[in-house]
Amino acid sequence: MTHWNDDAVLRIERVTMRFGGLVAVNDLSFNVGRGDITALIGPNGAGKTTVFNCATGFYKPTEGRIVMMRKAGEHFLLERMPDFKISARAGVARTFQNIRLFGGMTLLENLMVAQHNPLMVASNFTVGGLLGIGGFRKAEAEAVDRARYWLDRTSLLDRADDPAADLPYGAQRRLEIARAMCTSPELLCLDEPAAGLNPRESAELNTLLHFIRDEHATSVLLIEHDMSVVMEISDHVIVLDYGEKISDGTPDEVKNDPKVIAAYLGVADDEVDQVEEEVGL
Amino acid sequence: MAAQKQDLLAGSVKDAAVGALVAFGLFAMMIGMKTEVDVGGLAIEYRWGAVAMAVAVVFVGRLLLNLFVWKSEKPVTGLLGSLMPTQSSFSKVSHLVTPLLFVLAVVLPFLLMYFLGTRGSRQYLDLAILVTTYVMLGWGLNIVVGLAGLLDLGYVAFYAVGAYSYALLAQNFGFSFWICLPLAGILSAFWGIILGFPVLRLRGDYLAIVTLAFGEIIRVVLLNWYEFTGGPDGLSGIPRPSFFGLEFERGEGGFADFFGLDYSSIHRIVFLYYLILILALITNIVTMRLRKLPVGRAWEALREDEIACRSLGINTTHTKLTAFAIGAMFGGFAGSFFATRQGFISPESFTFIESAVILAIVVLGGLGSQVGVVIAAVVMIGGFEFFRQFEEYRMLVFGLLMVVIMVWKPRGLISTRVPSIALDRRKAKGISADMVQEGHG
Repeated sequence: MTHWNDDAVLRIERVTMRFGGLVAVNDLSFNVGRGDITALIGPNGAGKTTVFNCATGFYKPTEGRIVMMRKAGEHFLLERMPDFKISARAGVARTFQNIRLFGGMTLLENLMVAQHNPLMVASNFTVGGLLGIGGFRKAEAEAVDRARYWLDRTSLLDRADDPAADLPYGAQRRLEIARAMCTSPELLCLDEPAAGLNPRESAELNTLLHFIRDEHATSVLLIEHDMSVVMEISDHVIVLDYGEKISDGTPDEVKNDPKVIAAYLGVADDEVDQVEEEVGL
Repeated sequence: MAAQKQDLLAGSVKDAAVGALVAFGLFAMMIGMKTEVDVGGLAIEYRWGAVAMAVAVVFVGRLLLNLFVWKSEKPVTGLLGSLMPTQSSFSKVSHLVTPLLFVLAVVLPFLLMYFLGTRGSRQYLDLAILVTTYVMLGWGLNIVVGLAGLLDLGYVAFYAVGAYSYALLAQNFGFSFWICLPLAGILSAFWGIILGFPVLRLRGDYLAIVTLAFGEIIRVVLLNWYEFTGGPDGLSGIPRPSFFGLEFERGEGGFADFFGLDYSSIHRIVFLYYLILILALITNIVTMRLRKLPVGRAWEALREDEIACRSLGINTTHTKLTAFAIGAMFGGFAGSFFATRQGFISPESFTFIESAVILAIVVLGGLGSQVGVVIAAVVMIGGFEFFRQFEEYRMLVFGLLMVVIMVWKPRGLISTRVPSIALDRRKAKGISADMVQEGHG
């Protein structure tokens, strides 16, 4: 029917997540299309970050299946993998709602840490690197080049040797995206990337995300509250409320969905009956 | 204004009086009465003078602190802090200090022998060996605590494993020091991994407690497994190392004979000094290289933020284990050196206080700083031994020193972090300690 169902990079299949008696996510299914920017939106407490944490291995879903389909044709069942393998093998990278940088390390070091796994192999698991044999030097130079490229892309190059904790908020957000991109992911999951950004920085973020999608063949899944960002850049929007999917479609479809309007804006008391009738409750 | 002053004085006196009363309650029993052996049993001796002195000290001390520090608008301690040198001047100094210390360490035996003669320098060389051993231990522990941010209170266990490995291998199989040294390191690393597997899922305080327990377990096993380790009797007659097959002995074929020197017992001491210096420098070089390799960066990243590490595909368990194992390996090297120097080891040398001293060296020197560890080891171990004649006061001075450092520089003497890689070497500068995380296991 639609692109994201025909060629999905990530399938969330009937995922339920319970914390004790609380059902944070209930029987949720959706697809993330390859090469799309997919937005996951919903009011506070709707379960968006929980879905994220399930997809990146930080939570294990109580029920359901999460499948990552890489370009090469490999399939990974993410709910069965430990979190570090999801990034290392399945090609899923993420950022965090409350920024998690290595504050005491420089920007360049942050991006070098992100390339840990290939560098580890290049240094023969430290042995070769320690003795100065093997191709570690070359691999390291390449890693620095890649870091330089992403620093340039996120306009942080002039601060490459400053500690990450020194950066202003917006720049920290960009650095976190650059760091995630240094792991060469096929799916980039961004948890509220525009939170706390001013309008100009938001606009820059839009450009950056488009660049990532178009030039690096990386699909993007993002959680966002800022509707101007969501409506402008997303190809596909999924709306959650109380852990359930209430709408799924293109930005235009979603924008005009009465269920979404009800969930987001709420309605006056005397209109409840009317809206419920429209929505079909 | 005057009324305020009056209030301050009255309040301070009242507070000091309450403090003095509490002190009296405590000291009346603890200091005021002393049991003495007397004819026909024990007798109590009263020492009210001492109690009065203790109470007076508490009263005056509290009064002064109240007036000038706690309740004052401008505490004296703030003034004190501004007199101390700043962070940047310190990091500049450390650049100059490093090569200076290195040259001094290399020429030290000759310097001592030149000025003090063979006989007089022996005592100081022994002290230098001891200090260098602690420098090496500090550098080894720095990998675990400083870089990876894992608080290890049982580091002495690996020191013990190294020492006993050498002693037992040498006694039971007749291996020489040079074969035993790597074996002892490997065995210690192995024990580091054995400990690490169950323990490294713990974090912070819990990790510290479990490592402390592990240190004690090793010591208790050494103490009680009499058939194997000799228990409290220890192991003696541990063979001394040779200089490429040349024993340090009088007569034909010895070290002195081969080089045409007159035999002197100082040769062995100088040799031991250079041996531990080289071992320590190897520890340092390996650590500095590891910092620039992906595994070292992963350790530091782990200290900064473990969750972010996992999101970047770093296997945190393996990374922590390598830090533990490599730290333990250097502990093992130092242990086997200790065994060969002493010629006798017993579980008494591996008590918790040793772990605490090594950890104190690392923390006071500045987590992750190599030069800081050297300075802290020289001050702590050297100073400790140097002032042996002031037996009663050195613990007091030691405690005071700790308090001063913790107030003045809570992150250790040299706490700036040097980036492991830079795009532009000229622009790169040290990272101030308040940005660097301490790590929570």
